[in-house]
Amino acid sequence: MTFELFIFYLFAAVMVFAAARVITARNPVHAAMFLVLTFFTCSAIWLLLEAEFLAITLVLVYVGAVMVLFLFVVMMLDVNVEPLREGFVQYLPVGILVGVIMLVEMVFLITQKYFKSAQFPVPERASADALSNTETLGQLLYSEYLFQFEIAAIILLVAIVAAIALTMRRRPNTKYQSPSRQVEVRKQDRLRVVQMPAEKRSS
Amino acid sequence: MDALILTVWSLVKIVIVLVPLILCVAYLTLAERKVIGSMQVRVGPNRVGFKGLGQPFADVFKLLCKEIIIPTNASRFLFLTAPILSLAPALAAWAVIPFADGWQVADINAGLIYVLAMTSLGVYGVILAGWASNSKYAFLGAMRSAAQIVAYEIAMGFALIGVLMMSGSLNLGDIVRAQSGGFFNWYLFPLFPLAIVYFISGVAETNRAPFDVAEGESEIVAGFHVDYSGFGFALFFLAEYANMIMIAALTAILFLGGWMSPIDGWGDGIHWFLIKTAAMLFVFLWLRATFPRYRYDQIMRLGWKVFIPVTIVWIAVIGFAIYFEVGPWFSTVRSGGL
Repeated sequence: MTFELFIFYLFAAVMVFAAARVITARNPVHAAMFLVLTFFTCSAIWLLLEAEFLAITLVLVYVGAVMVLFLFVVMMLDVNVEPLREGFVQYLPVGILVGVIMLVEMVFLITQKYFKSAQFPVPERASADALSNTETLGQLLYSEYLFQFEIAAIILLVAIVAAIALTMRRRPNTKYQSPSRQVEVRKQDRLRVVQMPAEKRSS
Repeated sequence: MDALILTVWSLVKIVIVLVPLILCVAYLTLAERKVIGSMQVRVGPNRVGFKGLGQPFADVFKLLCKEIIIPTNASRFLFLTAPILSLAPALAAWAVIPFADGWQVADINAGLIYVLAMTSLGVYGVILAGWASNSKYAFLGAMRSAAQIVAYEIAMGFALIGVLMMSGSLNLGDIVRAQSGGFFNWYLFPLFPLAIVYFISGVAETNRAPFDVAEGESEIVAGFHVDYSGFGFALFFLAEYANMIMIAALTAILFLGGWMSPIDGWGDGIHWFLIKTAAMLFVFLWLRATFPRYRYDQIMRLGWKVFIPVTIVWIAVIGFAIYFEVGPWFSTVRSGGL
């Protein structure tokens, strides 16, 4: 076993363990942290594939931003897991059914003649002097896959607009500040200097 | 055998980077107290050692000797790992920083996003510390910090896109080399709004004053690390200062020409990098002594409504300038730099 293979199995084992703990951990915050660990080891495996841009972006986007927001929500809501577990037996048949369907689909894909691993030879390693990972990815995205890339961008834009449209409510009674009006305020608008003669102490 | 030599050599390089870094952190705490002291017409620490130079060591020994208290009902494992999670990314990010031409631990192609990814991981230490200590004050601090860091990370990333467009590379060494030939070629000038946005976002990301609502001692005592004592507190402190030096060093590399001398022909070298980093660190301390703390909604407004639009507009401006080869800075970008 080469050193690379050893590293792969090490990270893969950690990843499978962490992924299993995501659904078995009792505390939702612990589950979220195991998901972070899963993403992180996944990124390490991508690094082994020499996909450094994707690996680091996975950490940057999923670990650095998405999971932070996730943790934020999980901590704020203070989810109690016990009532969720009561329905476990009730939903078990449905879960098993979905799992079996997915398994059958996977087996079908892998054993089918067009998807056998023999159909996909191992790609040759690019030499280190060739274009960097990022440049290769960029050139492919903006030339060959431009159309798909644009569609993905539009779907994301629609998602953003939809998220804002769903959550934004105008509440007429809310008080908020208008910084531009705050900046525009002059002394004479707010301050009145009162002139009055000095008075003698009364007592 | 080769692998062994490589491993030992890497370890030696890591030690060469980390030991001076930790010494810098120690003396940055002293510098901070001295600088702020003189700005407020005080003396600052002057008792331990010659003119107070032994003060950082006295502080460290005091913290090391203190008892580590774990609050009741705290999530014990996360409580103890949170300081480590906060420190480890702060130190790991130093792996790709070029101190001079070729002087870096790992010369990787995706250096810029590696740094961005590592600095974005530091927030986990803060969030987990706040959650695991089972205290309302700590939790409030953690929530504030999470929202703030996510907001400013976007502006920071956009500011870096400008640097990327100018240099055409994610490699930090190449970015510095693209700025060679005197201070006129530094990215500070063509990317001036982005440089300002980057530095201020950096201050916000490190939870330093005036953006230190995560600590906010006037409202929430000390925020996320209120329940930490002894070494746990020391690790948070170390991480915060290492991050500060990191942001200062990155500003020097991305916008101030890294190890390049300001005037062509004065000789490039690590001393220029150190001078620029120290100057940016002084700005950090200066900000802390000058500005009152921002209110939470003001921080959010600045991040989302001011910085992000500014960066988006400037990215479009750079794009047009590069396409139409506007001089003096953008005329050579398309043909692959200087």
